[in-house]
Amino acid sequence: MTISIRSVEKQFGRYPALGGVSLEIAEGELLALLGPSGSGKTTLLRVIAGLEFPDSGQVLFDDQDVTFASAAARRVGFVFQQYALFKHMTVARNIAFGLDVRKGKDKPSKVEITRRVDELLKLVELDGLGGRSPSQLSGGQRQRVALSRALAVQPRVLLLDEPFGALDATVRKSLRKELRRVHDATGVTTIFVTHDQEEALELADRVAILNQGRIEQIGAPHEVHDQPVSPFVCGFVGEANRFEGTAAGGRFTSGPVILAAAGAADGAATAFVRPHDLVLDEAGFSARVARVAVQGPLAHVDAVLADGRRLEVTAARDDAGKFSGEVRLAARKVHVFPAG
Amino acid sequence: MARRFRHPTEDPTWAKALIVTVVLAFLGLVLILPLAAVFAEALRKGLGAALAAISDADALAAVRLTLITAAISVPFNALFGLCAAWAIAKHEFPGKSLLITLIDLPFSVSPVVAGLIYVLVFGLQGWFGERLIDHDIKIIFATPGIILATIFVTLPFVARELIPLMQEQGVSEEEAAVSMGASGLRTFWRVTAPNVRWGLLYGVLLCNARAMGEFGAVSVVSGHIRGLTNTMPLHVEILYNEYNFVAAFAVAALLCLLAVLTLVLKTALEAAQPAVRGRGH
Repeated sequence: MTISIRSVEKQFGRYPALGGVSLEIAEGELLALLGPSGSGKTTLLRVIAGLEFPDSGQVLFDDQDVTFASAAARRVGFVFQQYALFKHMTVARNIAFGLDVRKGKDKPSKVEITRRVDELLKLVELDGLGGRSPSQLSGGQRQRVALSRALAVQPRVLLLDEPFGALDATVRKSLRKELRRVHDATGVTTIFVTHDQEEALELADRVAILNQGRIEQIGAPHEVHDQPVSPFVCGFVGEANRFEGTAAGGRFTSGPVILAAAGAADGAATAFVRPHDLVLDEAGFSARVARVAVQGPLAHVDAVLADGRRLEVTAARDDAGKFSGEVRLAARKVHVFPAG
Repeated sequence: MARRFRHPTEDPTWAKALIVTVVLAFLGLVLILPLAAVFAEALRKGLGAALAAISDADALAAVRLTLITAAISVPFNALFGLCAAWAIAKHEFPGKSLLITLIDLPFSVSPVVAGLIYVLVFGLQGWFGERLIDHDIKIIFATPGIILATIFVTLPFVARELIPLMQEQGVSEEEAAVSMGASGLRTFWRVTAPNVRWGLLYGVLLCNARAMGEFGAVSVVSGHIRGLTNTMPLHVEILYNEYNFVAAFAVAALLCLLAVLTLVLKTALEAAQPAVRGRGH
């Protein structure tokens, strides 16, 4: 199912949460809503779910206008940040809830419900835990229960609010893969909210970056990383060294730092250079190496400029030895934006 | 003997002993001694005399009225408390903080005032006094007035118990239920109610204890008609004022027993609660 969001606005009191957001989500897509806290990403997710209604704008599921349809009528699966599992019900009852509350001929038989619950438990690799209470499960297991409960109603779209936020790093990594696997197995259109850019880039087909209630950029992970359209996106997605300076005649200057900036408009500008785009180059600007930390196949270099500013360089581990004392650096790639 | 190391936050033995002694002495003086005195006085002329005082027709009428009052006002306030807590904890609406303050009003107002306002509204000289007489409806100096005053005084108990509980639980479980297609009523019965049932029960018990024991407000609206509008606390006062000490203390002892029973129930519930939660049902 495709989802169209058309100039949706939403205010909480005098605080604008969404300021005219438009977005198309394709059938079967896995989309990440990425942004800092207060950027409106959770509000947008709740508007899509029908847990919040916009002040203006439209939400369409396929061609059907669902802007003011109830959450139940939209048939969405929602995974809450703290999972919101029903504490007093067993895991199996939790998963069966959406089927249990159906009425009349829509309600599946007991046997049918049991079969479906077993199927879902198997999908999230929790077979045999149906009789447990949520309080007897680990954080990661609760997350899986929440996921299968949301999937039980065979939703037209699966929505997840910070799905891995409450988990520790190891569990988070494995559950990311799990979500991708479940998404590929069910083919359900999926939207998840996160503030973790690594998570968004690793997991999603496309990433929408929100800032102050607006979408700054939307695109494939490599697009938003390699071709950021705004200083915000450049600073928020991936690591970057930031320089304030001036551009003139295809060169960007900021103190001792001089970078090639072909095509940049003359005037005050902000330049971003990813740590891995800084390379040793005799023709470059000079910096002093303060510290080299080796991590796996990479070497992270802390360097200090003549005017005291610090910058980060990432190099191959094999080249770690070349970073000592005074070095000369140049950028393979620079993102320059007019200051404003 | 090996030196025993004291935990940093542990008080020295003499301090612990002092604190425990002070607490116990205080409790003994203001709580246990009077309670023991009630039972001692009641049994001064033997168990037979005490039982006779309780089974006296007027005493039985007082017991009946007390139980009827509690049986009506407690369910009413349980329902009100549930609605109020639901509205306050799960919804945003203008005047919410005013409502929270108003719910506490019966706690801060003197019970005598609580009784008087009903006399002013429904009494002979009150706002609706004449109209009520025209229709031959008696509220003041009759059972309805006693029930109204009791409802007023015990209004906050259930709501006060449930509001923080429901606020802490938030709305995400309800949202989850609704997003899976559950109706409002079903969400309430299947999700909200099971989550608050212990708090509700606890509130009901406290509400009940107070409903049976209320004196001030009920005294104002009762009219003290023996065998008719006397509740147990009022009956105790009348007997005492008539120097009928054994009977007064016997009825008082019965009230105490009801209160103790409430506390025992409450403690049993608290003890049972985690075990029940652990089983997940």
